[in-house]
Amino acid sequence: MAVSALATGCQPPGFFDGQNLWHEWVVNFFPRIGDSICRGMGGHADGGPPNWLIYLVLGFLGSLIVVNIAALGVPFVVLLERKLLGRFQNRIGPNRVGPFGLLQPVADALKLMTKEDITPAAADKIVFALAPLAFAIPIILMFAPIPWADHASLANLDIGILWVIAVTTAAEAGIFMAGWSSNNKYSLFGAMRAVALLVSYEIPLVLSLLGVVLLAGTLNLSEIVLDQRFAPNILWQPLGFFVFIIAVSAELNRAPFDQLEAESELVSGFHTEYSGMKWAMVQLGEYAALIGFSAIIATLFLSGWKGPLWIPGYIWLVTKMAFILCAFIWVRATIPRMRIDQIMAFGWKFLLPLSIINIFATAAEVIAFPDALPYWLIPINIAFAGACVVGMAKLLGFQPKTRKIVIPGRPVIGDDTPGRIVPLMRGGN
Amino acid sequence: MTLKTEPIIVNIGPQHPSTHGVFRLRILFDGEVIHDVEPVFGYLHRGSEKLAEERTYTQIVTLTDRLDYLAAMSNNLSYCLSVEKLMGIEAPERAKYIRTIMAELMRISSHLMGLGFFLQDLGAFATPLMYMFREREKIMDLFEMASGARITYTYMRPGGVNDDLPPEFMPALRKFADEMPGYIDEYERLLRENEILITRTKGVGVLPRDLAINGSLSGPALRASGVPWDLRKADPYEVYSRVQFDLPVGQIGDNYDRFLVRLEEMRQSLRIVRQCMQQMPAGPFRADLPMLLRPPKGDAYAHVEGPKGELGFYLVSDGSISPYRCAIRAPSFINLSLLKEMLVGWKIADMITIVGSLDFNMGEVDR
Repeated sequence: MAVSALATGCQPPGFFDGQNLWHEWVVNFFPRIGDSICRGMGGHADGGPPNWLIYLVLGFLGSLIVVNIAALGVPFVVLLERKLLGRFQNRIGPNRVGPFGLLQPVADALKLMTKEDITPAAADKIVFALAPLAFAIPIILMFAPIPWADHASLANLDIGILWVIAVTTAAEAGIFMAGWSSNNKYSLFGAMRAVALLVSYEIPLVLSLLGVVLLAGTLNLSEIVLDQRFAPNILWQPLGFFVFIIAVSAELNRAPFDQLEAESELVSGFHTEYSGMKWAMVQLGEYAALIGFSAIIATLFLSGWKGPLWIPGYIWLVTKMAFILCAFIWVRATIPRMRIDQIMAFGWKFLLPLSIINIFATAAEVIAFPDALPYWLIPINIAFAGACVVGMAKLLGFQPKTRKIVIPGRPVIGDDTPGRIVPLMRGGN
Repeated sequence: MTLKTEPIIVNIGPQHPSTHGVFRLRILFDGEVIHDVEPVFGYLHRGSEKLAEERTYTQIVTLTDRLDYLAAMSNNLSYCLSVEKLMGIEAPERAKYIRTIMAELMRISSHLMGLGFFLQDLGAFATPLMYMFREREKIMDLFEMASGARITYTYMRPGGVNDDLPPEFMPALRKFADEMPGYIDEYERLLRENEILITRTKGVGVLPRDLAINGSLSGPALRASGVPWDLRKADPYEVYSRVQFDLPVGQIGDNYDRFLVRLEEMRQSLRIVRQCMQQMPAGPFRADLPMLLRPPKGDAYAHVEGPKGELGFYLVSDGSISPYRCAIRAPSFINLSLLKEMLVGWKIADMITIVGSLDFNMGEVDR
């Protein structure tokens, strides 16, 4: 399959004819660029360059754009996270460098580039140097099949979802390499946790995706977007979305599943010993995965680049990604961390059964309505998802049970200031 | 085929994000499970007790500030009570009320920090901690009005306090006492029924009642184990016999109980503060004493219920201007004595939270 690199934009002659409106350029920005380059090189003409050369040039340019979206997006996501965390935590966040701290990413990058790159004396030096690459590169590969707009994916892979899962799983090898080669016990703890946790959460992650695949009947991300014609998949697949977003936060080492780098326990887990640009690569990988997975969530469940209003697809996609990123940051600011055995129990006993239930329910729906799912199924699906989550939680005993504090002696509690009544939220006998 | 495994020793600290200062634990891990614990102290040893032998009785107040630097007022109070007992004098009424208010505000401030860092250890990424800093800031503003300092107050003196309260203090205190219950309710709503917090704290680090008594624990850690022992009730000093308050007591002595007991104690402290504000008389704020105190020969021990537990000063006087010996009963240090019993068998993540729930301060442990 030779489709690559905006090459979907190198359309046969006549594809764009008669639509030379400016908004058509805005909407089809990426295909248009591809098409113009293609025509500029003399493609589709007699005596022009061979197709493989056009594909090569377009592929290279496309990769450049997408890799830069990942690499330049990361510092700004980090800035967004720091700003938002600051707001959640009742402080201001970075505001010294540039207006509103907007140049903070530049300062961070310069600092990291000039920092000393330390390799511990006892480390396995080759593996230690390779680990950040082994971690970051697969994650950047994940951006290839994401459709940024109509006909604007770098590689319109027929196995898009499988590709994403495969490359992000490969990144775990990098985590273990980093943890093992550092020759640091904290790193080793982090790496061991990574193996246990990430491998466990791959399973609900993949299984919860199968519902979407069943609905769309394809693994191709562009076609999954096109399939969400009438309503985004989150409405058809609320349970799948619930499981997927939890499994993704475990995959991304985000709170409350940030066991691999648990700051208060393992200093910073598998990348404790990293500094300078190697550390920057690890950070790049982590936050690129965050960006990539928000794009995947938006694509699979929130109808990707499609939107109800006439706005270019890439802007829709980025808007949806921003919402998802903010949600991840919000969770990080709010929720305490779980213990490793509790996380494993949560994954195997709670998420895995839910994702299997989701597959069977979706399959039944698809068999019952082979053409298109009727709209009245949406509230039923949402109610079903809620019932499944609550029922499973009750079954496993995840119920908040608070405890009262005993106050021996006088059972009073009140305000001693006369004339004021203070409502008291207390248990106490 | 059996897999050959081997326990590993990990040094947690003295440089680690959640060691509460420079505390070092040598832990023998089998996988993630703790098999043996050896605490290593002394990284912050400054010889406060020995230094006290070279200072005059008034100068020693500055040393006590630096013991538990999150509860400097309570340390001042304990030391001043000890000197007063040694000299056989008493502070004036107004000074007693001022000191009680300060000690209770200090308890709230210290518990805020204790809870904040405990939640930080649980992995709640700094958010509760920052909220608690917000309220602690108000308490520090109050202390700044009274003493001019924000951490090391040196506010109390043998025989009273250094200076009377400024006129703007009481309105600010009243405003704080009105606002604070709402904030405590906010923490409670945010945290008390949080599923993850409950799974992480309930039944974790259980300290049975008998063991807690045998380990001579004191303070919230003891009360969380179900022992209603508080020096403010058991041996009332200052004006605690004239105010009404309750002792919150836990049920089984796990992390969750220690968390709830501290939350409740902040409310009780506010009750005490409000009553003191009503009862506070006018009058002198310091007894008329010479500049250089020369207590008669003898010894005295006075203790207060500090935020972390029973804080006592034992002073031996040889009749000169500085004590012959000053010994400090530091609650943080003694509360750590049962660390091994509490930690063995738990995982690394629980170890951090159990240590955090004890709320110790290395300035006091190492002295």
